[in-house]
Amino acid sequence: MLPQALDKEPQVGDLTRRSALLDALYAAQKRYGYLDEEALRHVAEQLSLPLKDIYSTASFYSLYRTKPTGQYLIQVCEGLVCSLRGGAERLVDYLREKLGIEVGETTPDGKFTLETVQCLAACDSSPAMRINDELYENLTLKEVDAIIEMLAGG
Amino acid sequence: MLEKVLLKNVGVRYVERIGVYIAHGGYQAVRKALLELEPQEVIEMVKKSGLRGRGGAGFPTGLKWDFMPKDPNLTKYLCINFDEGETGTFKDRYLVEEDPHQVLEGAIIAAYAVGASKAYIYTRGEFPLGLKRWIKAVAEAYGRGFLGENILGTDFSLDVYVHSGAGAYICGEETALMNSLEGKRGEPRIKPPFPTQVGLFGQPTIINNVETLACVPHIILRGPEWFASIGTEESTGPKLFSVSGHVEKPGNYELPMGTPLREIIYGHAGGIKDGRKLKAILPGGVSTPMLTPEHLDVPMAFETLPKVGSMLGTGAVIVMDESTCIVNAVLHMARFFAHESCSKCVPCRVGTHVMTKILQRIENGEGREGDVDQLLDLCNSIRGKTFCPMGDATTNPLASSIQYFREEYEYHIREKRCMV
Repeated sequence: MLPQALDKEPQVGDLTRRSALLDALYAAQKRYGYLDEEALRHVAEQLSLPLKDIYSTASFYSLYRTKPTGQYLIQVCEGLVCSLRGGAERLVDYLREKLGIEVGETTPDGKFTLETVQCLAACDSSPAMRINDELYENLTLKEVDAIIEMLAGG
Repeated sequence: MLEKVLLKNVGVRYVERIGVYIAHGGYQAVRKALLELEPQEVIEMVKKSGLRGRGGAGFPTGLKWDFMPKDPNLTKYLCINFDEGETGTFKDRYLVEEDPHQVLEGAIIAAYAVGASKAYIYTRGEFPLGLKRWIKAVAEAYGRGFLGENILGTDFSLDVYVHSGAGAYICGEETALMNSLEGKRGEPRIKPPFPTQVGLFGQPTIINNVETLACVPHIILRGPEWFASIGTEESTGPKLFSVSGHVEKPGNYELPMGTPLREIIYGHAGGIKDGRKLKAILPGGVSTPMLTPEHLDVPMAFETLPKVGSMLGTGAVIVMDESTCIVNAVLHMARFFAHESCSKCVPCRVGTHVMTKILQRIENGEGREGDVDQLLDLCNSIRGKTFCPMGDATTNPLASSIQYFREEYEYHIREKRCMV
């Protein structure tokens, strides 16, 4: 059941059900971990919408995961400003080496997934990265190291 | 120097809580608007203030509000555009995280002015703290009777919904934003019809940027003449300039519209980092054409930047010093656009990928003779040929960088390495 997604939006007829879709996809992602066909079918049933509509929306947005993701999703900003201030590429290279994975991959223990993302609106405190919902700013390699060690131990 | 207006509460402890915000004069503007002014009077005030949209396009806000049909029987909506994704721009995130009630207060006044009964806050998916701020601020405003039925005993009622996007730059474009709110792919719609006629769920809709709405309570309380006395003739009021890149003190600076780039970069942001020389500036985010040191005295206003071939955009000043490889910087922007193109229009979808490919090969030292002209041809194939302004935006930094730094591109191709 995805009740919170369904209750949130106002009732303005048929359009309403589809307008709950972004929230419903978040809820399904939370429950299933990522959006595979089973998850998408579940959302389609819950909202009484055709599966093609669900897929159409889910495939558009970058925050919906279509593959299993590690416990910690590391997203390093590779936008222009983070790159200008000489951090983004170094950060990514450091993490690739430290975690032993390429961008887009997950560590074998399922702990970390490494990704690069576009601007996180933290240009005044670059370089920046996100781990799950937490934003880390003004990063040095030493800090990155400490953060990863802490999460790896936890 | 301008007193702080939009940032006056920054540093006030716990001002994100409604009690603290009210203790600092908050919600007085809502009281004044709802209890003393007719909706049309509010619209006239905003028109007279000269306020123009702060999301990038600079459309006169009061005029947009006046386009809304006046029929009270129509269901109308307000959308608060908090999908800040333009590289270099971090002003809306700051405004919402620091002082969310200021923006909400502006939104309530906007909804009252245009007769909207529902407002949707479209929050960028990557802003969890912003989302938290909104959820709490909206709940508090309901608790104090600034939202809900019969606000302040008037017959005006307003419900506000906090919505989270899911990672798509294009949803900051107003028609894409509405599609996204409807649960669809965030692809832009063709205009006309304009949102004020056929908008969200097919109803008349106003979409306003966060910073635009933050200006509104101040216009109501201090008057349109006061607001119009700040800035230039055609760009009035205070403006947040997000300054980033190679400066000593990156950050948000609240200054009058029309402040010259030189004053922003050297007077406020501490000048170029480590005493190096300035090379290039993007004055309003990565969608705006590049400028060079000769343009430092241009006032940062909607009407002045086009005279030197650029635009104000979001007022996000990205500074690049002499150590910057222009090809590399433009490559980063091209990658951004290629990643964020919604893929609806072929020129943008394919063009941004071809652009990235050519720039990447020049950067790799595999550039070919004629690549620069091909890049310029590509710009012409995209410009003016897409549904939404993003198509043009993708060509702005590229074409302008070739205009000013063509030799650097040629050097890269000829010598297979960077000049700097």
